[in-house]
Amino acid sequence: MAAVLDAGDIGRALKRIAHEIVERNHGTSNLTILGIPTRGAFLSERISAILAEIDSPVPHGTLDITLHRDDLRLRPPRPLLPTVIPAEGIEGRDVVLVDDVLFSGRTIRAALDAIGEIGRPKSVQLAVLVDRGHRELPIRADYVGKNIPTSATESVKVLLSEIDGDDLVEIVTGS
Amino acid sequence: MMKTHLLSINDLDRADVISILDTAEELGKISDGASKKLPTLRGRTIVNLFFEDSTRTRISFESAAKRLSADVINFSAKGSSVSKGESLKDTAQTLQAMGADAVIIRHSASGAAQRLADSGWISAAVINAGDGTHEHPTQALLDAYTIRQNFPHFRNGFEGLHVGIVGDILHSRVARSNVLLLKKLGAKVTLIAPPTLIPVGASTWDVEVSYNFDDALPELDVVMMLRIQSERMQNSFFPSEREYSRQFGLDARRLKMQKSGGIVMHPGPMNRGLEISADSADSLQSVVLQQVSNGVLTRMAVLYQLLGGAPLTQQAGA
Repeated sequence: MAAVLDAGDIGRALKRIAHEIVERNHGTSNLTILGIPTRGAFLSERISAILAEIDSPVPHGTLDITLHRDDLRLRPPRPLLPTVIPAEGIEGRDVVLVDDVLFSGRTIRAALDAIGEIGRPKSVQLAVLVDRGHRELPIRADYVGKNIPTSATESVKVLLSEIDGDDLVEIVTGS
Repeated sequence: MMKTHLLSINDLDRADVISILDTAEELGKISDGASKKLPTLRGRTIVNLFFEDSTRTRISFESAAKRLSADVINFSAKGSSVSKGESLKDTAQTLQAMGADAVIIRHSASGAAQRLADSGWISAAVINAGDGTHEHPTQALLDAYTIRQNFPHFRNGFEGLHVGIVGDILHSRVARSNVLLLKKLGAKVTLIAPPTLIPVGASTWDVEVSYNFDDALPELDVVMMLRIQSERMQNSFFPSEREYSRQFGLDARRLKMQKSGGIVMHPGPMNRGLEISADSADSLQSVVLQQVSNGVLTRMAVLYQLLGGAPLTQQAGA
């Protein structure tokens, strides 16, 4: 087990991501932030708070992708997590998806399907705290907290104070 | 953790019930949006096997399955080989050969769903959509969902909530499933009916029994009216419809006597003018139409939990 990001690192990474989002979108006026539960939702809340501080408040929600997964039949049924779409919807908005770890890319594919069911955004961008490689689909992140090269036997564990009591990213060997 | 089949409310523990209600709630939020169709059960085949007439339950299951993108086959006994004398076994084996993933069965014989699930004739998940006078678990689940929706303080249990079930308890599978479920969630339940329509075993149900609707009403948060099931009545259980209606029917006068903030439910189809008057059925307290739309969401949740994951055999290996 090796810690790769501590609370300070996570805070700085999120702050940088927020600034990059503002820079790339020339402000925040057309932005909508959607977090993928569980931990992506907490990260998206933090990014929204930073955006409100450095620019202006943005609509913010959560998007559960469980019903769009392609591996449903490989695992026991999972409980559904909350989906909250901001009142102004996502039609014509620049949507920033937020998740904790980018791995195979399948979660993001499911998220794109879920978004397509709700509306047609002007663009969809992706922000992740950790990109650990091993993509199985042609998907990449627009904003990355940290690239962590891993081997297939390792897994990346993200702990957040909102549910885990502490902020920490670590690599766990042997799954 | 969910089982392979849903035959009785007794198949579920309290956590299962809450999880189904939560899932239904999330599904409700999703279908409030632009899209009503989800890809979750694409490629799965669900058979509606109805040996008894039904409109709303069959349509409700059908639309639940379709909203999850499953393929639905409707099989009703009328106009099928069953009317030529085909047995339940042969019907089941035919459905098995066609690759059904779930069979939703309604039958006039109590225990038919259990028989189908236990027989080994079929490997599909079996969902009981009403068997004789035994049980109708998805109706109880949708009723619990509707109660929770109207009493948001009781999200995780119905302790402190008082529900009256009124009318033809004897013939009602809805009442049986509801008593089991409401007790499981901690509600106080009072059965209100003439003595002839209270089943003999009711004294073992841990419920109160009242023969006087007027006395019980001011205490009730939820009034659940049941349909008088004339088709199951071979004897006379009450002197006349008019007398029944006067003593146990819900009319405008009684509606005012209910505890304030209370709701009126009916599983449908309603006999307007018999157990419920037209103005009570259409009143603001009535949540009958909410029950119908909640039925689709609750059944989606049940189908998702039974079929959404890997088959049980595969899970054991994973």
